[in-house]
Formats: sequence, C-alpha cells, structure tokens
Amino acid sequence: MAAIASASSAPRLPLAAHPAFRILEHDLLVFRRRWHSYLLSGLTQPFLYLVSMGIGLGLYVNRSGGLPGGVPYLNYIAPALLVTQAMMAAAFESAWPIMSKINWEKTYLAALNTPIGATNLLAGDLMWIAFRAVLISVMFFAVILAFGAVSSPLAVLAVPVALLTALSFAAPIMAFTATQKTDQAFNMLFRFGITPLFLFSGTFFPIEKLPLFMQPLAWITPLYHGVALARGLSLGQVDAVGDLVHVAVLGAFAVAGVLAARITFRRRLEV
Amino acid sequence: MPEIPPTQDSVIHARGLTKCFGAMTAVDGVDFDVAPGEAFGFLGPNGAGKTSTMRMIGAVSPVSAGTLTVFGLDPARQGARIRARLGVVPQADTLDNELTVMENLLIYGRYFGLPWNESRRRAKELLEFVQLTDRSNDQVEPLSGGMKRRLVIARALINEPALLLLDEPTTGLDPQARHLLWDRLYRLKQRGVTLCLTTHYMDEAEQLCDRLVVMDKAKIVAEGSPRQLIEQYVTREVLELRFNRDEGEVGGIAADDSAHIDHQLDGLAERIEQLPDRLLVYTADGDATAAAAFERGLRPASILVRRSTLEDVFLRLTGRSLVE
Repeated sequence: MAAIASASSAPRLPLAAHPAFRILEHDLLVFRRRWHSYLLSGLTQPFLYLVSMGIGLGLYVNRSGGLPGGVPYLNYIAPALLVTQAMMAAAFESAWPIMSKINWEKTYLAALNTPIGATNLLAGDLMWIAFRAVLISVMFFAVILAFGAVSSPLAVLAVPVALLTALSFAAPIMAFTATQKTDQAFNMLFRFGITPLFLFSGTFFPIEKLPLFMQPLAWITPLYHGVALARGLSLGQVDAVGDLVHVAVLGAFAVAGVLAARITFRRRLEV
Repeated sequence: MPEIPPTQDSVIHARGLTKCFGAMTAVDGVDFDVAPGEAFGFLGPNGAGKTSTMRMIGAVSPVSAGTLTVFGLDPARQGARIRARLGVVPQADTLDNELTVMENLLIYGRYFGLPWNESRRRAKELLEFVQLTDRSNDQVEPLSGGMKRRLVIARALINEPALLLLDEPTTGLDPQARHLLWDRLYRLKQRGVTLCLTTHYMDEAEQLCDRLVVMDKAKIVAEGSPRQLIEQYVTREVLELRFNRDEGEVGGIAADDSAHIDHQLDGLAERIEQLPDRLLVYTADGDATAAAAFERGLRPASILVRRSTLEDVFLRLTGRSLVE
C-alpha cells in the first residue's frame, strides 16, 4: 500500500490519456445514471415546440401570406429552435452545476488534489457540455426529420452549428461562474440575458422586424449568428461570406470565453 | 525552538514558508522537516495557518515566499508529480453525491491515471480496509459522518500515496468514529505511510503524532514530540481547582479571594493559570500539592488531579485555550 509511486518523467501520452478526459469520463458516469431522462426530455421538448410553434402558430403565419419564398413556418423555425435548445442547455450546464462543483459540493477541490489541474477541469467539463449540446441537437434533428420539416440535405449541419453556438455561450458563462460566490447573478443572467436572447435573436421572426435600435444588439449576440447560420443551411441558402462571418463570430465568443475561463478558473481554484 | 538539520531525504522540507492572502499573512515564515514514515502534526487553534500550510504542501496553493519541497520536488513547477504521490483528506468531505460509494473511488483512481480494472481492484480492497464493503453500491449522501470520513480516507489511498495529508481528520465525529479512524491511521503508519495532519484536538495529536509543531497566529511556537513538549513547557501533573461562584464574581473567584488563594498556594506550585471557570495548578505531584493546600486551609468546591496534556502546553505558550 505504501509503495512509493514511480516518479518517472512523464512520457508522451496518447490524446485519450489527457487528464481532461478523466473529467469528461466522470461526467459521462453521472450521465449513464440518467440517460433515460435526458432521452425523454430530449425528444419531447422538440416535439412540443414543433407542434405548438411550427404547426399551431405556423398555420396562421402561412395563411396570412406566409414567408418569402413560400417557406413553411415549421421549416423556418425548426433549425432555429434546435440551436436555441442546445444553447439553453449549455448556458444552464455552465452555470449552476459548475457553481456546485466549485462552491457547494466542492468536487473540483477533490479533483485538484490529483494530478488534474484547474485548466483540465475546465476542458473536461466543456467537453461534457459539448457532448450534451450534440446529444440535444441530434435528438432535435431526429424529431425535425420525423416532422418532414427539412428543405435541404444541408439541414444536418444544424447539429455542428448548434455545437458551436453552445460553446460560444458555455465558455464565457463558465468564466463568469468561476468569479461568483453565489448563484444570485445566474437568475439575472437568465432573466435578462438568455431568455430575451431566445425571444429576440431571430428564432421566431426575422430580426429585421425588430425596432431599428435593437438590430445591432442582435448582431453582436452569438445566438443570432447561430440561428441565422443554421436556418440558412437548413433552407439550402448558402451564403459563403455571410456564413463565414457567422462562424467567425461564434468562434470568437467561444475562444474568448475559453481564454477568460482559463484565467478565472485558475484564479478561483489555485489560491 | 531546536534547529532541525535539513536532510536530503525529508519528505517535506520547509524554510521560511509563507502564505499571504492580500494583506493578510496566513503562514509567516515557518520551518519544518518531515521524515519518511513519520507521523507529523500541526497543532493549533482555528485560523493559526494549519490549513494554508497543508494546501501548500499539497501543491494546490502557491507558496508566497520561502522554500518548500515535497519528495524533493518543487510544488510550483512539479505540482502534478507531487500530487500523483500524495493522498489528501481535506477538511470538507468533497465527496461526489451523484456517484455511489464505489464509483467515488473508481473515478478518483482514474484521476490518478489508473486503468479501470486496477482502480476497481484497489477500490474493493480499500472499502474492505475502511469497513464500507457492504455500502459499495449505496449513494454517498445517506452515509454517517464517520462513514463519509472513512470513505474520504479510502479515496485518498487509491493512488497508494507515500504521504498522506489529513486536515482535521476527526473534527465533528463522535468518539467511536474517531477511535475507528485513529486505528486505521495507525495501521497505515505501521505500513510505512508518512502522515502529516492538522488538529485542534490535543488528544488526537498525542495519539497519532511522533512529532508536532504548535502553531499560533501564523507562526510555529514550539516543536517536539508530545512527551518532549509536555516535559519542556509544563509539569507532569495538573491540579484543577474549582471554587463556588457567587453572584457578580468573575472567573469563579472573588477578587479579594484570589489574593488569598494565591497566598495559600504560594510555593506549592511551579505555575498557576487562572481560567474563567477554574484554577490550574502546575506541579510534579498533584495529590501532594492538594494535601498541602488543604493543610493551609484552602477549601475548593472540587479537586481534580490529572496528567498534563498538550492543551496545557498550548495554554502555557499562548496564554489561550486551544478550543475556545
């Protein structure tokens, strides 16, 4: 039992041996316990949204002149809702559960006593959130397919777009979470940040219909770019330059978030 | 304080070790060495700097000033390598309530890079060792405080550490749970694991530590074995006297009585310490001193003769009780 562990210098390891994957592994172990509930909510949520908004509301939209190009409303909002759901889950996962690991159950502190460092905690949990976003998007896409609400084979690209959008939210929110002592600010963040974004980022109606002063606000939020990109691809409308701009904005938010989180995680956990 | 010669093979070596949080100095230039196989303790009240010292040794908290090596490695540059060989039992349990007892150990073994089957083999063995085998597949939440502590100790041993750091290992546990825990720690020590622990219980320090340092206000105020410290700073025995307290008295002894009592004890004791509720009379032979004082007409409400403990050492060194 007391054998002194060999202190050989670290050899070059395969990627899967990276410490961050141990954290992902932990999260997947927890997930294994609950996968049925994830599956259930992952399929019912899109079903309810598509029935109520796509079909119910869509009936009125389509009847009153409809959308340009005769696009059915269901096909219009389906990819946007997919991206939004992935974003919401990512935003949630990077707030309360991370706060718990830092502050309430303090399981990060236990992990920090092993060779795993603060940066790997961040990387591992970000991978978990990415996994969740993909899972939600894939299930959402399956429901869209079942509704026959796909206009182009490119629609499947909504899944990677949703992943990128999820990361563009998760990383900055994780950075923010590591600066907080309580979860009070999260309620504000969701009430005045995430929910309005969900409503006004072009999910349900084009941002061109927003009051003029609000349109620039929509442009700088990552959700608008995720929604516009996923929708464009789903409707088979590829705009190389515009799409690249969307990807660049989403990527910028994700990268900036990761860089900030690296700093706030270390500042919070390595004191 | 006796000078400790720096040795090449110290498991922990600290010189002028300092930790600051902003303007607050939590650890103020402490020196100590811990030898392989030793059980070393930090004794002191809350806020003395024990936990900060432990966190620096654990390579999770950067050193503000001074030198520190653990296994001869530098925590700032080789933290992961140090942590790979350490077992840590933190003050808060930090168990994962989303996982079962077994899974808590399994995943922790994975954090140390163990293959799944090896992690499982060790986890089973350790659950046996801490007597939790029958709870393997249970959730962590409903376990008792003592069981959780034992699970944390099992978790800290999953990487077969050469050095085990324990921060207040038995705080908040009932006597039975404490004795079981002490027994497990004693067995680890016999197997050659170096133990380094903090405590504010003097009986724990006396039970477990070969050598300890007394910390107060961020500094080390004394160092030695429990026996050495008692011999050096206090007498062999203590006579505890309680007096009936009347209305309006402070400290159980009326002011004018106090002088009278001092007179009655004059020359009978090496030192007298007045606590809020009793008088501690330090003497080599408590019974003889009690008899002599009675002879002189002293009539306390109760008399207790006991052996001196580290609590008395601490009182002597700092003028304050350990647990306030």
